[in-house]
Amino acid sequence: MASQAPVFQVRHHFENAEQQKDASTVGMWLFLVTEIMFFGGLFLAYFVYRQWYPEAFASASGKTNLLIGAFNTTVLICSSLTMALAVHYAQLGKKNLIVLFLILTLLLGGAFLGVKAYEYHDKWVHHEVPGANFECEGCVDPGHTSLFFALYFGMTGLHATHMIVGAVILLYLIWQAKKGAYTAKWFTPVEMFGLYWHFVDIVWIFLFPLLYLIDRTKTGFGI
Amino acid sequence: MTTATAAPPQTERKTYLNSAHGVKSWLLTSDHKRIAVLYMISVLVFFILGGLFAVLIRLELATPAGDLVESNTYNKFFTMHGVLMVFFVLIPAVPATLGNFMIPMMVGAKDLAFPKINLLSWYIYVVAGLFVLTSLMMGGVDTGWTFYTPFSTSYSNGYVIVTGLGIFISGFSSILTGLNFIVTIHRMRAPGLTWFRLPLFVWANYATSLVQILGTPVVAVTLFLVVLERGLHIGFFDPAYGGDPVLFQHMFWFYSHPAVYIMILPPMGAVTEIVSTFSSKKPFGYTFIAFSSVAIAVFGFIVWGHHLFVASQSIYAGMVFSILSYIVGIPSAIKVFNWTGTMYKASVRLETPMLYALGFIGLFTVGGLTGLFLASTGMNVHLTDTYFVVAHFHYVMVGGAIMGTTGGMFYWWPKMFGRMYNQAWSKAGAILIFFGFNFTFFPQFILGYMGMPRRYHAYPPEWALLNSLSSAGATVLGLGYAIAIGCLLVSLLKPVTETADNPWGATTLEWKTQSPPTTENFEVTPVVTEEAYTYSSEEVVHVG
Amino acid sequence: MKKHDILTDTHPGEGPAEHHAEHIVPLPVYFAVFAALIVLTWVTAFVATIDLGRLNVFVALSIAIFKASLVLLFFMHVKYGTRLTKMIVAAGLYWLILLLFIVMQDIWTRNWMGVPGR
Repeated sequence: MASQAPVFQVRHHFENAEQQKDASTVGMWLFLVTEIMFFGGLFLAYFVYRQWYPEAFASASGKTNLLIGAFNTTVLICSSLTMALAVHYAQLGKKNLIVLFLILTLLLGGAFLGVKAYEYHDKWVHHEVPGANFECEGCVDPGHTSLFFALYFGMTGLHATHMIVGAVILLYLIWQAKKGAYTAKWFTPVEMFGLYWHFVDIVWIFLFPLLYLIDRTKTGFGI
Repeated sequence: MTTATAAPPQTERKTYLNSAHGVKSWLLTSDHKRIAVLYMISVLVFFILGGLFAVLIRLELATPAGDLVESNTYNKFFTMHGVLMVFFVLIPAVPATLGNFMIPMMVGAKDLAFPKINLLSWYIYVVAGLFVLTSLMMGGVDTGWTFYTPFSTSYSNGYVIVTGLGIFISGFSSILTGLNFIVTIHRMRAPGLTWFRLPLFVWANYATSLVQILGTPVVAVTLFLVVLERGLHIGFFDPAYGGDPVLFQHMFWFYSHPAVYIMILPPMGAVTEIVSTFSSKKPFGYTFIAFSSVAIAVFGFIVWGHHLFVASQSIYAGMVFSILSYIVGIPSAIKVFNWTGTMYKASVRLETPMLYALGFIGLFTVGGLTGLFLASTGMNVHLTDTYFVVAHFHYVMVGGAIMGTTGGMFYWWPKMFGRMYNQAWSKAGAILIFFGFNFTFFPQFILGYMGMPRRYHAYPPEWALLNSLSSAGATVLGLGYAIAIGCLLVSLLKPVTETADNPWGATTLEWKTQSPPTTENFEVTPVVTEEAYTYSSEEVVHVG
Repeated sequence: MKKHDILTDTHPGEGPAEHHAEHIVPLPVYFAVFAALIVLTWVTAFVATIDLGRLNVFVALSIAIFKASLVLLFFMHVKYGTRLTKMIVAAGLYWLILLLFIVMQDIWTRNWMGVPGR
């Protein structure tokens, strides 16, 4: 092995490793609370406008592809599993498995983003992006459907941005894991990132029914 | 040759100030004390800039005619004044400066939990400030610091996106500071330092940090939506697409009301410390002060609708918000009783910090009570958007928050820099500020009651006298601040002397370290065995 | 005022009072949670195609909340976490609910008086 694995040292202002790890965990959870409130604002806007324009929202939601949405949700849940496994093997200090599962998480996350990009392109082509050329073909209460799409793009866009940031961090973690930085004694970045990744998954768990499943009684699973 | 017991005068003590030299050692520091100093410099810069806009406002309003600038320019004055003062001065004023400096020492730690994130928060703050300054140089914003839609999203000709992004970014600085404090206070207290042995300044900052964590993200996403709507014409708040401008107001004030508690709680904490020290008496009702701080933070989150009484919010929601707004006044009032109770039958020393604390108590009381006038929906209909509101919030924000902050600066100055300022000048500054402040803002209560609208650059001639009085008062206030700030800065020209590490005879843990402290704060982590604020009868060193 | 461990804890610097050992979740638990999440995803998609009237939203959100709870408790280890962690999660969720419901109490009561704009 050409490069030496970095040696873990407790930071000088902490009394011991346990305090340091505990502090990081509390800090990460507090950050996730801010993320709850950040996405929460968008969920609020969704809540208000869906209350006011139920038919517009139901009709506009039908323009999303249910099969693709369910598939993407599956992909993301798989990436959550691989992330949990990466943390698991970090706890056990199994370097190669850590790297493997981090790479799998990255690939699955990338797949999700790829599918999302396809969906966005599809919407663009069908003039379903709010703006000057917006048109919701065959929609009920068309005057209010652009709000649905504004929220669709706002919420999934913000979610996708969080995934892209996550992907970049994953690249860093994979690089560090390959160098042997993460051992059973210290693997805090992997665990903290795991919390972040799972949180992004939870956001999607709510976005899926809210954006894709408003009313599928007429369209069923059809494209 | 006799050996001297005191250290030879030539050797300087090692402190956090001289532990490393050079710009890089400051800009890349992870020492919470140096970061606090960095914040102090930048907050001061924004305070002066915001103050200059205040000068321009009062200059225009000194005469009834709108003759200094045209109305669009005047709109930019009060917008920039508000944006700079709210987001770049009041929010970080105590937490990022005094909080950053004192809290690790008050809990007996060597630093905050995440020192590098602390430095990052300062850089984020600076970048955010640059965005706003850029917007200023390009021509500024005229929407008011409240950015109400649809004016901000569709009709304003100002640089809304740049300013909005600047405020968005500054929010993250606030969040990171709050996050750091919460983790530090929960997990890095010295052995024996239970929650109820903590200084009340720590409790105040803890409550503040809760608000920063829970509230700031909402204004962030709100401004993000405003930027999207203005840039991409997406229509979240645009009625043409079915959007609701009042939704913007709900989302904006969900943060901005608790934000005022971010601004007032830490100075309240400073006032508690000051009143206790200069009465040589334990704060009256420690538990009440601690719990009322958290109560203010928590209840402060459910009253924001009092900013929407006349905005076509439902009457029933208005009733609920009105009642809750009265309830949130109770914990604040409790604190006033705590402070006065502390001073009762104590030997009060009227040093400079105490003058500020006393000013705070009086002015905050006036400001808080006038808030209750506004919380009554019936009165609100007549008083909203008048100078009554302007006077109310300046009483709590300047008479309260800024005076508390300044008092805290004067109180902890010898601790931070090992120098004492000139007593006569510092007291003169405090008194000028108090009188200048009242002359500036008391007339505004009357003007508002008589119906003078806010954010107008011209007004009918019958209000000229009160406005002139207000502008004259502003001059005195400005002079007072010039003296106060000058006093502090001039003291830095003196060398660090062998003044007592604890000139005021305070009892909290930070005063047990050297003044200025070493980089590590404590050689050995202290073990706390006493309750907080145990004043012994040891001689208090009188400042000469 | 009740005595609370954390408030009188004389060794706060050493971390949580329960001396939290590193808990390793057994792999079968992870796989069971994973299977549940996948199944529930397709169940919720399928149920959306059936007309249950007002129940549709309720079912969809209930399933989403259950799935999120599984991720929180098992993948994010909240079930095995400290009391502080649980409090922080609870606070975050509570505040989100505050935001949603207090704004909605305005939206829902807006037309109660039958007067335009009130």
